[in-house]
Amino acid sequence: MKNPLDSLPAAVACGLALTLALYLIVRYALGS
Amino acid sequence: MEAIPPLARWLHFMAGIMWVGLLYYFNFVQVAALKAAAADGSAAAINRHITPRALAWFRWASVATWLTGAALLGSNFIAAFTLQPGHRAIGIGAWIGTILLVNVWALLWPAQKIALGMVEANDAQRNAARRRAFIVSRLNLALSFPLLFFMGAAGHAAAYF
Repeated sequence: MKNPLDSLPAAVACGLALTLALYLIVRYALGS
Repeated sequence: MEAIPPLARWLHFMAGIMWVGLLYYFNFVQVAALKAAAADGSAAAINRHITPRALAWFRWASVATWLTGAALLGSNFIAAFTLQPGHRAIGIGAWIGTILLVNVWALLWPAQKIALGMVEANDAQRNAARRRAFIVSRLNLALSFPLLFFMGAAGHAAAYF
């Protein structure tokens, strides 16, 4: 399987998805 | 003493821009440029004259960013890193920044030294190191997105959280 980090657009998409996931965790599970 | 937080914030911004700016240079510009340069035989000049200088500024900017960030956290340092209420957004940012710093010094730099021929290695080891450095650099690129979001959001917690 190809590593998604090989592709620049995929790496950017991973970064954006990670940001959203962490934001939702902090907002709804942890609180700021 | 009250001059320390604004001074640390200013230095933190400057060092952070240098660090992340060079990370973006490597990922958005140099990877593609080296590929094109390899095709016309001009990659050696980039690797000899540009890459080592860019890497040196990149590495030491990472240290300066972390240290000024720690100074800026001051007495909230432990609260941020233990994700205490009211410090979670900046704490997540601080943890991601620390992971990036460790990646730079423990994974990237050793691989880059091999890839650039600064330490003895055969071709297979050099190719493996080049691949390792590339993946870690891309990982840091992806991690820089939440890093910058949480660093920025921490000062506007009421709007975001």
